[in-house]
Amino acid sequence: MELKFHIMGGDFSNAGSASSEIKRVLKQINVPSDIIKSIVVALYEAEVNIVAHAYEGDMVVDVQPDRLIAVLSDKGPGIPDIELAMQEGYSTASPKVREMGFGAGMGLPNIQKNTDILNISSTPGEGTKVSFTVFFKPKS
Amino acid sequence: MTLQQIAELLNARVVARPDKLYRDISFAFASDLMSDVLTLEQRKIILLTGLANIQAVRTAEMSDVSCILLVRNKKASPEMIRLAEEAAIVIMEYDGSMFKASGILYNAGIQPIY
Ligand SMILES: Nc1ncnc2c1ncn2[C@@H]1O[C@H](COP(=O)(O)OP(=O)(O)OP(=O)(O)O)[C@@H](O)[C@H]1O
Ligand SMILES: [Mg+2]
Repeated sequence: MELKFHIMGGDFSNAGSASSEIKRVLKQINVPSDIIKSIVVALYEAEVNIVAHAYEGDMVVDVQPDRLIAVLSDKGPGIPDIELAMQEGYSTASPKVREMGFGAGMGLPNIQKNTDILNISSTPGEGTKVSFTVFFKPKS
Repeated sequence: MTLQQIAELLNARVVARPDKLYRDISFAFASDLMSDVLTLEQRKIILLTGLANIQAVRTAEMSDVSCILLVRNKKASPEMIRLAEEAAIVIMEYDGSMFKASGILYNAGIQPIY
């Protein structure tokens, strides 16, 4: 099953609606609740990153029998130094983003923590692609 | 401790999902930073926050937070209430500060996360 959502940069009132829809789908197919939580937290962090840092983007979620694969690609400024961006506390969030309750520099490390496979690629001046996989088996 | 007992203890107004006040709460987390809330692994959490916006409700939804207690007399907007009703999250409004709510709940045996 493949689900696709468009995400608009700066649109904080809708940020999270795509992740919310995925949560509903995963509940329906009886994915364990701790795995649902990991998935939707990672999706929401990536969704908010597009809203907070990029101009626009797409979230494509492929739900397979044993795993979920998500690809979030955006048009935006990109991330010049991904290793630096992955560090807890590193953030370039604007004052507006901080007012919304974000910008602690915790999002990318939190996506890492909640996913089994994570790939981030970015071209500065063009955009960023975040892909991750989470398996539906209980964590060991 | 149930949300019902918490609402009575704080004399807080329940503005969304009063049908879920039977929920049991073990932990409280006080923060205006949603990024930090999203890192929590526990369940049965009440979130104390002064951040009265839609993202507070979305964050609670994704992190399985049972209830949002809005402190410092912040009001839930109609949009927040609509989302919380949909996601089955209880929202309460409280006149006092975050510090006061924290102190009262800590005294009553609600656990900190760290
Ligand atoms: N999609 C993106 N496009 C451009 N830059 C990004 C994107 N995602 C992340 N970044 C950059 O990486 C930094 C770290 O991202 P991360 O999600 O960890 O923290 P944050 O979004 O700043 O704050 P938080 O996620 O804690 O609210 C961001 O501040 C930004 O500079
Ligand atoms: Mg982020």
